[in-house]
Amino acid sequence: MAVRKGSASGAKAGANVSAEELKKFYNDMLLIRRFEEKAGQLYGMGLIGGFCHLYIGQEAVVVGLEAAAKEGDKRVTSYRDHGHMLACGMDPKGVMAELTGREGGYSKGKGGSMHMFSKEKHFYGGHGIVGAQVPIGAGLAFSDKYKGNDNVTFAYFGDGAANQGQVAETYNMAQLWDLPVVFVIENNQYAMGTSVKRATKSPDFYERGIAYGIAGEEVDGMDVLAVKAAGEKAVAHCRAGKGPYILEIKTYRYRGHSMSDPAKYRTREEVQKIREERDAIEHVRQLLLTGKHATEDELKQIDKDIKAIVNESADFAKESPEPALEELWTDIYAETAPQNA
Amino acid sequence: MATKILMPALSPTMEEGTLAKWLKKEGDAISAGDIIAEIETDKATMEFEAVDEGTLGKILVPEGTSGVKVNDPIAVLLEEGEDASAADEAEAPKTEAAPAPASAPAKAKAPEAEDMPKPDTSPDWPEGTKMKTQTVREALRDAMAEEMRRDESVFLMGEEVAEYQGAYKVSQGLLDEFGARRVIDTPITEHGFAGIGVGAAFGGLRPIVEFMTFNFAMQAIDQIINSAAKTLYMSGGQMGAPMVFRGPNGAAARVGAQHSQDYGAWYAHIPGLKVVQPYSAADAKGLLKSAIRDPNPVIFLENEILYGRSFEVPDLEDFTIPFGKAKIWREGADVTIVSWGIGMSHALEAAEKLAKEGIEAEVIDLRTLRPIDYDTVLASVMKTNRCVTVEEGFPVASFGNHLSAVIMERAFDYLDAPVINCTGKDVPMPYAANLEKLALVTSDEVVEAVKKVTYR
Repeated sequence: MAVRKGSASGAKAGANVSAEELKKFYNDMLLIRRFEEKAGQLYGMGLIGGFCHLYIGQEAVVVGLEAAAKEGDKRVTSYRDHGHMLACGMDPKGVMAELTGREGGYSKGKGGSMHMFSKEKHFYGGHGIVGAQVPIGAGLAFSDKYKGNDNVTFAYFGDGAANQGQVAETYNMAQLWDLPVVFVIENNQYAMGTSVKRATKSPDFYERGIAYGIAGEEVDGMDVLAVKAAGEKAVAHCRAGKGPYILEIKTYRYRGHSMSDPAKYRTREEVQKIREERDAIEHVRQLLLTGKHATEDELKQIDKDIKAIVNESADFAKESPEPALEELWTDIYAETAPQNA
Repeated sequence: MATKILMPALSPTMEEGTLAKWLKKEGDAISAGDIIAEIETDKATMEFEAVDEGTLGKILVPEGTSGVKVNDPIAVLLEEGEDASAADEAEAPKTEAAPAPASAPAKAKAPEAEDMPKPDTSPDWPEGTKMKTQTVREALRDAMAEEMRRDESVFLMGEEVAEYQGAYKVSQGLLDEFGARRVIDTPITEHGFAGIGVGAAFGGLRPIVEFMTFNFAMQAIDQIINSAAKTLYMSGGQMGAPMVFRGPNGAAARVGAQHSQDYGAWYAHIPGLKVVQPYSAADAKGLLKSAIRDPNPVIFLENEILYGRSFEVPDLEDFTIPFGKAKIWREGADVTIVSWGIGMSHALEAAEKLAKEGIEAEVIDLRTLRPIDYDTVLASVMKTNRCVTVEEGFPVASFGNHLSAVIMERAFDYLDAPVINCTGKDVPMPYAANLEKLALVTSDEVVEAVKKVTYR
């Protein structure tokens, strides 16, 4: 078992990254950011209700890990789930329409921001109870091991969920049964308003697997290349039948916990400093420009294309009708077996 | 094109707020993500960030203004190359909701049952079927073994289910036949393994999760309800958790308050779950086989005291009992006694005693608490005009309470007496033998209740 503080730096790990791949990272991360900004705007206009947890700042985590996944791999996460859905290829229109509670949403408007699923993209939610997705992720991995394929599950959770009892229970069983699951701790440093250091005296979450024999690694989550490199290593470990792997990915959430969070637990300067010095999208943008992999004009075109996609998703989300009233009474019980796998 | 910046909603309940402070002034350049103003909601002062880039052309609502309605224009944003004069023609982003659903005007009401009950009186198995004597324990084991032979995706997990052969020997022999891949001992971590079971069901398997007793399932109840029961609905029908949570439920004997609770009413409360509470061995077998095949999460509440009781079980290669079909154990014209699970032994014993006094009770075993066979109960009550329910659980918000309400709504004119709910007492289960006996529902209490409703 290896437990490592800090992974290979992005520049080194990404030495062989192609221009195409860098552009794809830039595109995918920017799509998440612009989508989330639009969601924030629609929330402000009252078109999105309830809770809405934005992923702005954390984009490199899902984009880097998706680059390490293959078809058939599964993912499950918490309520801060929009980025994960976009990164695994779900349609922005369907996600945005679910945010506005419309018929065209992934859950026909019955799930909302926190509860969306896609069988096709192997995305298993979208869970609102902190930590509950972690054993579910191990269970998804259990199903693949039971069937004898080499699929891997990414179980995403935050630094807040990392302190949940069911996470410890799951570590124990995942290692006991060699389940092919990557536990991805997105450490954005705040569990709602409680900073990591106010929640635990054992803040190195990548070490939490030591007690169970699970290898773990700390990763710079503002560097998409470092995330991808660490993801590839973790996935290889799982696919080789060696059991679970823990990645603690250090990231940062620019916005409040949810839309109604005044964020008085940290200073504006702290947020501003990270935005200016560590931003993951800006990092890739600089790599593209200094490496002469893309011109300013090409990047402007990407920005423009993404803006169009996001606006299209917002228009769809506004125009899609509310669910039919009969929908209140559907999907409570399945009549025939759902084809989950 | 210049656009109007609107007063944002910054909490789920905000309708208006105070524009506390402008952090940008007219003529300032704005980038997406810049904080342009501070806004006070009913709960806090929030920073308001720009979404689009441009120049702040005009401030429409000065700082310090209170009572600004959500979606009122507060400023105008100019695009590159526009001057302040464009501010006058600025458009507001559309905020109105989408048109009403295109579907026909539908009643947002639960499908209503027909007024007159139509009970299903078909036999559970063909007449003349050869029977064999079996304990409930053996019947449950056979049900699991048969379904595991039938479907490779069915597996059993729980504490002591494999090498120990089951804490109550219900899984005796399963490890030998199916191996450790499909009969899995778990550590003592109900919350975790229930969640892993749910994930395995999402992943296409058919888990049977055994709780050593349902008292321990309280550790796992979040996974059962929030993850297993609600996902089909939350996913708009895309995916659900076809699985069984099973184990002994209710009081055993002398095991104290934390090991002696009946959870029937708790789980019956939850849309998305099916809830089974069998009494006889034949029902235990036929219903467990249905539960394993059911595409929904099923709570299967067994009883330790019943495990060792013997009943006649059909000697058929494959038989199932459908959910939502009650069984009439004894016909009678004077009173309807409705029960399920171990309550049935009190109900049947009471009926014997009453018969000796010339009172003929009709005894109905509900068998499943979700779905509920209202029709059999209502048809019987319309015949006898009186009803007593029997269950082991606590009295407040008991399942009997719910049945009483339905009978009142749908058969009020047929009732000659109020419905009485016989339940466990409203106390944690005591350990002392004499007190424990007092805390449990008894056949004598059922007899007494029947005499009350028959005015004898």
